[in-house]
Amino acid sequence: MSAGADIRSLTIRQVKEGLAAGRFSAVELAREALRFAEAENPKTNAYLHFCPERALAAARRVDEKLARGEDLGPLAGVPVAVKDVILTQGVRTTAGSKLLANYIAPYDATAVIRLEQAGGVILGKTNCDEFAMGSSTENSAFGPVRNPVALDRVPGGSSGGSGASVAQGTAVVALGSDTGGSIRQPASFCGVVGVTPTYGRVSRYGLIAFASSLDHIGPLARNVHDAALLLGVIAGRDASDATSAFAPVPDYTALLDGNVRGARIGLPKEYFRGLASETGDLILAGVERLKQLGCEVREISLPHTEYAIGAYYIICTAEASSNLARYDGVRYTYRSPASATLSDMYRNTRGEGFGAECKRRIMLGTYVLSAGYYDAYYLKAQRVRNLIARDFSEAFKQVDVILTPVSPFPAFKLGEKLDDPLEMYLSDIYTITGSLAGIPCMSVPCGNTAAGLPVGLQILTNHFNEAGMFRLADALERSAGRS
Amino acid sequence: MKLTEEQVRHVADLANLRLTDEEVARMAGELGEVLTHMEKLNELDTTSVEPMAQVLYEAEETATLREDVERPGLGSQVALASAPSASAEFFKVPKVIER
Repeated sequence: MSAGADIRSLTIRQVKEGLAAGRFSAVELAREALRFAEAENPKTNAYLHFCPERALAAARRVDEKLARGEDLGPLAGVPVAVKDVILTQGVRTTAGSKLLANYIAPYDATAVIRLEQAGGVILGKTNCDEFAMGSSTENSAFGPVRNPVALDRVPGGSSGGSGASVAQGTAVVALGSDTGGSIRQPASFCGVVGVTPTYGRVSRYGLIAFASSLDHIGPLARNVHDAALLLGVIAGRDASDATSAFAPVPDYTALLDGNVRGARIGLPKEYFRGLASETGDLILAGVERLKQLGCEVREISLPHTEYAIGAYYIICTAEASSNLARYDGVRYTYRSPASATLSDMYRNTRGEGFGAECKRRIMLGTYVLSAGYYDAYYLKAQRVRNLIARDFSEAFKQVDVILTPVSPFPAFKLGEKLDDPLEMYLSDIYTITGSLAGIPCMSVPCGNTAAGLPVGLQILTNHFNEAGMFRLADALERSAGRS
Repeated sequence: MKLTEEQVRHVADLANLRLTDEEVARMAGELGEVLTHMEKLNELDTTSVEPMAQVLYEAEETATLREDVERPGLGSQVALASAPSASAEFFKVPKVIER
């Protein structure tokens, strides 16, 4: 690849311009991106494995279209990383679990098909917490990911490998999955943009299921434009996922004009109470910048916030215990070697195969669904979920968007919170409320702490208002001196 | 709230999960701590609130079932490819029936 573009900071727009001007071919770019990513990967462990053959085949298709003068598609030649919970046909897909260490996916996820049809070049699969359960990527069976911004710290989780690859410059954009914050929190910790779209906006066909009423696929990118563009490519109704939404997909990049005058912003008092920290100061400074651009800011209330963690961890563990029942040693690669009976085979396979956090969640989920506890826990949590969703629909009668921190603190050190599961769960407070309501939310970089750790600002908005959310995020990005 | 080790073993049985004695002891404490936090939900009177099993939009949504048209499946060869033990057409498991 010839000079003119630094691969670490490459954007979708620069790839497009480079291809059009003949500065590099898609194959040249793919080769260089693979070489760079493979060389850099030992620093962070962001990728679990690469798929060079698939990447070069995709790049060759782009070059052939280029030669024939055909429409290249919006992601033509763009190097993409895909979280390893998303199926890629013929390529290992492990979900960060020993149980699936040798699993070769038999088909492609719809999001993968769509991004390749748009010309995207998948370089490899990214590390994550086992079955996407965790907030630090320390629960991967294949070793933790290090944050490229500060190598002794976690990248967040569970999409830590996707966040790290985009921050490190080893992918231009990435796909992650989000159940309670697994895209937004790593985006915040790594200083990149991460988007959880409306529930059902992106097909989950081919996403390894964790908690089906909460699971999302979404983009991570180095700027708002690239995240918006990637979401536009993968969004839309898919007959293979009955929960995917029919609503038409607008051009999410169309409104990125910096004009946010008159936008009504709500700051939920429950989120800012007692937030006397560098994180809080940076968030409020970001809000101040938006105010100067003409946004109206007011305090709002989301009164059921303090019940969100309890409701979320009941619902997600219950659904996980059901979804993970399929890993029993019959169909998916790993089977405990020495089991005389079928029942022993199930039990030993699962006991040996799952890591500590998966076991904890399977146990919690089984408990809250078990006879005598279903009403008290699971049904109760679903009722509380309704109250939390209502809080948001009431709020969106008064404001267009809600701004909050993504995480109470920036990236923490590896091992720092691993011994206290409840504390790790409690750190998800700001991201799980939006997940429970199924509304679009995203993390956008909002400055660094004195120690140089990135802090993300969360934007939440009403169902299917992704375009409005991106407009505000883009304005914030511009106000920080980026374009 | 603390779970007894007997309760932990019962739940592990339901979940088809073999736990070591050490795991059982640790789970009793850890699960109890999380369940205690979950009991906070009992502060709320939710008798008149509908359970929310799925995200509902105010936007117009139509039938979510696709048309019933025939589509090719994966085929047994592909479906069996990642099985730890299989014959040409079947998954193989330890014997469950004595002849």
